[in-house]
Amino acid sequence: MKIYIPHDTSSLSLGADEVLAAITAKYPDIEIIRNGSRGLYWLESLIEVETDKGRVGYGPVSIDDIPSLFEAGFPEGGSMHPLYLGKVEELEAFKRQNRLTFANCGVSDALSTEDYKFEALEKALKLSPQDIVNAVKDSGLRGRGGAAFPTGIKWQTVLDTKSEKKYIVCNADEGDSGTFADRMIMEGDPYCLIEGMMIAARAVEASQGYIYLRSEYPNTAKILQQAIDNAYEAGHLGKGFDLEIRMGAGSYICGEETALLESLEGKRGMIRYRPPLPAIEGLFGKPTALNNVITLASIPFILAQGAKAYQNHGAGKSKGTLTIQLCGNVKYPGLYEMDFGVSLKELLYGIGGGTATGRPIKTVQCGGPLGAYLHESQFDTPMTYEDFAKAGAMLGHGGVVVFDDSVDMAQQARYAMEFCSIESCGKCTPCRIGSTRGVEVIDKIISNVERDQNLELLEDLCEVMTDGSLCAMGGLTPAPVLSALKYFPEDFGLLPKKKAA
Amino acid sequence: MTNWNAEAAQKIVQGKANLPGALLPVLHALQAEFGYINPDFVPEIAKALNLSRADVHGVLSFYHDFRDKPPSERVIKICRAEACQAMGASKLEDHIKRSDVTLEPVYCLGNCACGPAVMIDDKTYGRVTPEKLEELLS
Ligand SMILES: Cc1cc2nc3c(=O)[nH]c(=O)nc-3n(C[C@H](O)[C@H](O)[C@H](O)COP(=O)(O)O)c2cc1C
Ligand code: FES
Repeated sequence: MKIYIPHDTSSLSLGADEVLAAITAKYPDIEIIRNGSRGLYWLESLIEVETDKGRVGYGPVSIDDIPSLFEAGFPEGGSMHPLYLGKVEELEAFKRQNRLTFANCGVSDALSTEDYKFEALEKALKLSPQDIVNAVKDSGLRGRGGAAFPTGIKWQTVLDTKSEKKYIVCNADEGDSGTFADRMIMEGDPYCLIEGMMIAARAVEASQGYIYLRSEYPNTAKILQQAIDNAYEAGHLGKGFDLEIRMGAGSYICGEETALLESLEGKRGMIRYRPPLPAIEGLFGKPTALNNVITLASIPFILAQGAKAYQNHGAGKSKGTLTIQLCGNVKYPGLYEMDFGVSLKELLYGIGGGTATGRPIKTVQCGGPLGAYLHESQFDTPMTYEDFAKAGAMLGHGGVVVFDDSVDMAQQARYAMEFCSIESCGKCTPCRIGSTRGVEVIDKIISNVERDQNLELLEDLCEVMTDGSLCAMGGLTPAPVLSALKYFPEDFGLLPKKKAA
Repeated sequence: MTNWNAEAAQKIVQGKANLPGALLPVLHALQAEFGYINPDFVPEIAKALNLSRADVHGVLSFYHDFRDKPPSERVIKICRAEACQAMGASKLEDHIKRSDVTLEPVYCLGNCACGPAVMIDDKTYGRVTPEKLEELLS
């Protein structure tokens, strides 16, 4: 008898460790496996048991369910309990996914070097650096951190830049609110990231890697450090490539790649002027391949199964899968890895089941705090980089935050400006001062002080921020603000408010 | 957490001084030990890492994480970001206007699918209701 209890932060946040304690108190000899989450977060804590009859799940399990679960014969796979789910892979929300990058996540012991086979690395070791770069180019993989830059082209630049020292830096700052894919895979399948970084290192001829991890993720840090220690012990790391975790310190802007590099060098997280590109002069002035966690974690699949296998997924120029993180006010929140091209509507209603509160969906924000709010009339938009750009929105890191009709969009617009004013690095004026003014101006609009003039002022301000900021922090903050204003003018007092439902 | 102790602090600094880009790891290690970074100690850090005092001070003040005084017994962070807003996180904040806890803002804990999210010391909690928060704090 085996029992799987996730050590994913969200599962722990709902009492998975307490559930574990209760189970081992009654069954001291049971084999416990700490896996990652399956990503079906409304079912967390999702506990699975494996008997001769197969592997079945129960969820959402809380400590209060333990007595009744025991009564229903839970560790033996008893099906007479309302929380019994059957096989997790056969749940509708799971079957509709294409798990390429997250294939292993939540399946087995996240930290076992025996369960994880470094098969992609083995293949990569037989290839030349240029062949690896070519495979990544052919796969069509684009950066999953937000900017969607083709990964193979970035690696080519690093490979072509001669230097006695080169770095791989993994951006695990995951600052975008509404996103947790990086965290989930680092906790659920850390060797996948490590393997991806090792392949990247071989491709660009780097000898040192850093994972810049946000400090809000202490549980992730613990698991990832253990994985790195194990990978050294098993002889995977330390043979020409070393890997170290560095912790951030609660700064959103440090997710921007040049600010991140400054931070890694022990400085304030200030944006750098470009050029030079980090690929040419990055960390400590050396060529650096800097990629998001999910970008790097997608590499093992591409090397193991071939560029073609990856490219076959997706739509148009958006190749492969998008790890959608559906959250906020939604009935079935979770991580859904799907081919690019699924429509927002399908995601929100078909998979997400509408709102958690049962009220109508008013809007969704995609792509983090710098992403636009979308109106219901845009819900047919297919989830590809191109279609979202056409709709004036962005996919970013794949976060989709759902709001019901009780949300006040003027407040959301105000929050976007406020967030920018708190997190701006301060290097450029449009971002630093513009955002502070933005809050004041929106406050005036809300309280109907010279509304028309202030609206004009707000639009001017947004234009200056968009055109004049050094990076996307100030440059994209207007996106949520202007989309809120465009699609929900009544919340700014511009049209008579619709009667409350 | 232990009380500030210059000798112990010096040892911590020396242990990490040789890392490339050592300042953040040094500050994190000090704060993990003492709960804050004593501003009087800035010159020592600067000397050990061959930086100016202004460099060290600049970094200390730039990052939200670093404290210059000891926190209260408990540090509570309530997520203020969008996914938790959508699940009513703002109601939680009104609940802990109490003096015996240090309330710090945080923008996303990566627990967005199980919001509202709260972090108490180093542990994250999900689907937190006002009642559950009371329970956690009692
Ligand atoms: C304000 C700001 C914050 C960002 N935060 C992150 C982040 O938390 N994680 C991330 O991977 N990329 C973030 N990015 C994007 C990075 O600058 C960079 O494009 C990315 O890490 C490159 O990796 P990729 O090509 O694999 O996506 C941010 C960008 C900006 C402007
Ligand atoms: S938005 Fe609150 S945990 Fe992510």
